[in-house]
Amino acid sequence: MKKLKKFFGAAYLGLIFVFLYAPIVTLIVYSFNSGKGRQWTGFSFTWYEKLFNSASIGNAVGNTLSIALLSSIIATVIGVISCIGINALKNKSRAVYMAINNIPLLNSDLVTGLSLMLLFIAVGVTSGYPTVLLAHITFNVPYVILSVLPRLRQTNKSAYEAAIDLGAKPAYAFYKVVIPEIMPGIISGFLMAFTMSLDDFIITHFTKGPGINTISTLIYSEVRRGVKPDMNALSTIMFLSAIVLLVLSNLVSKKQVGEVKAAAGEKKSKQAV
Amino acid sequence: MKEKTLITLEHISKSFDGEMVLDDLCLDIHENEFVTLLGPSGCGKTTTLRIIGGFVTPDKGKVLFEGNDITNLPPYQRELNTVFQKYALFPNMSIAENIAFGLKIKKKSKEYINDKIKYALKLVNLEGYENRRPEILSGGQQQRIAIARAIVNEPKVLLLDEPLGALDLKLRQDMQYELIRLKNELGITFIYVTHDQEEALTMSDKIVVMNQGYIQQMGTPEKIYNEPENAFVADFVGDSNIVDAVFLRDELVEIFGAKFPCVDKGFGKNKPVDVVIRPEDIDLLEPGKGSLDGVVTHIIFKGVHYEMEVRTPDGFEWLVHSTDMFPVGTPVSIHVDPFDIQIMNKPQSEDEEAIGVEE
Ligand SMILES: Nc1ncnc2c1ncn2[C@@H]1O[C@H](COP(=O)(O)OP(=O)(O)OP(=O)(O)O)[C@@H](O)[C@H]1O
Ligand SMILES: [Mg+2]
Repeated sequence: MKKLKKFFGAAYLGLIFVFLYAPIVTLIVYSFNSGKGRQWTGFSFTWYEKLFNSASIGNAVGNTLSIALLSSIIATVIGVISCIGINALKNKSRAVYMAINNIPLLNSDLVTGLSLMLLFIAVGVTSGYPTVLLAHITFNVPYVILSVLPRLRQTNKSAYEAAIDLGAKPAYAFYKVVIPEIMPGIISGFLMAFTMSLDDFIITHFTKGPGINTISTLIYSEVRRGVKPDMNALSTIMFLSAIVLLVLSNLVSKKQVGEVKAAAGEKKSKQAV
Repeated sequence: MKEKTLITLEHISKSFDGEMVLDDLCLDIHENEFVTLLGPSGCGKTTTLRIIGGFVTPDKGKVLFEGNDITNLPPYQRELNTVFQKYALFPNMSIAENIAFGLKIKKKSKEYINDKIKYALKLVNLEGYENRRPEILSGGQQQRIAIARAIVNEPKVLLLDEPLGALDLKLRQDMQYELIRLKNELGITFIYVTHDQEEALTMSDKIVVMNQGYIQQMGTPEKIYNEPENAFVADFVGDSNIVDAVFLRDELVEIFGAKFPCVDKGFGKNKPVDVVIRPEDIDLLEPGKGSLDGVVTHIIFKGVHYEMEVRTPDGFEWLVHSTDMFPVGTPVSIHVDPFDIQIMNKPQSEDEEAIGVEE
């Protein structure tokens, strides 16, 4: 009886993993297929070679990385500065600001992307690299705030005051005493923002204009025009990089990333609906 | 003490969210004094200290430092340093880096800083702790490092906000002696905040008793203890019996119908007053031999003495400390020497009473 229970438990868990990861495994397997079709014709690195020799793909990878890096750095700076302000607020107004901060996190990407596109058109900015960058900064800032603010709230206020008392100007005291204490929050916020930016398709799609592509928009436009096994290879690489990033950010701050991921997870599941 | 005035608080008022925390507070602090702000929780001690330190700006009034108005000077430009209630060491720096923090800002030479670190660690009895991290130190050690970090800057005044509040009794007593020694060695002014009356009596040259934003009494520990000016001070500083009495004439007071000779004069004739009698000043005699008869109703052994309660016919329970033991039920008589009876004017109005005595 007990054995049976255990068996069903394991089987159930196994089934879940199969459903979750079968598609990705299929993708990874096909990326090593030597042929173009659905049949398995033998193992090869053909598509990876093709990937690394394609100019448009190289371009897209470059855009993706530079946008992710720039947007997450800028968002981290803006986010940390915002946290200082929010932290100084009274409890009531702080709650209001945090609610305003959390709405974009739960908002559908479709709405965010569409509204950003409309805004850019209204202001008369031509879509391109700068608009994508701006859009990514916009949706990254809340993640940074969510990750830094709890840290900042926990910091010992006396330490900062002690620094001032010992002759430090406020900016120097903040840099020497507060920043080191909230560093784990800053790093996890940065990594969170970086991952979100790498991952994003919808918002980029709406704000990018015709000229440029990131990896996700490139895959989308390529695959729409028929089967492209080199896109399988590209997706595989993206999947593996996402795993590496995830492990990294977990190592930095287990607890905090958990909280932020939970918010991100909520967003993802909303999109799936 | 006729010494130079270092800090003057002039008519300081401060409210938070419409709540008056300090009301027209005036205070002079002299050079080389150990001044203690004593009062119950929430009476505005920390606020007063933070106004002196520059972390809080008063709504009204001025702070003078050696005669110069520093009311609007930021903390980092004031020639005083603070030891905070909560351990405020920098967790990301070693002990040496913590102590060097203020000196580095002042751009002192490396040798000077190293000498100072050695000297300060020696002063607080933590030699050789340079390279440890703050979090591995005990509470008492952390607080001593905080003191070392403050004094290397050679401030003229050291502000201490309940620095021993989080320590256990034994350690607290040790640290009290260390602080007195430090103060004498350094020859600087200490402004110390505590709500522990014993601590205040042990350490201070001058005690400022505060309640609800008002100064109740200021004076030497002996003066505060032996001659409290009102019921609040008598009640807050040490154990005491506070009773209603009538001041019959000079040197005679009536308590619960019994006449007690005293040494005070000038309170008028047949005037209602408050009388304070310390528990250790009451002698218990055989019935009929003292001024007021009663019965022992409680007894606790306190180590050095017995703490007893004696009920007199009017129903008042007198607190008595004595090295002699009187079992519960023993009929006794209360005797008090005239100079141990402290007479105080009754509060003039209900308002004043509200200020004076905690409900
Ligand atoms: N920054 C602030 N904002 C609002 N109210 C404050 C602030 N600082 C102090 N208060 C209020 O002022 C009153 C006096 O506070 P203060 O810290 O000076 O008391 P304290 O005598 O130091 O008490 P304790 O012994 O508990 O430390 C309290 O009622 C407190 O709530
Ligand atoms: Mg306090």
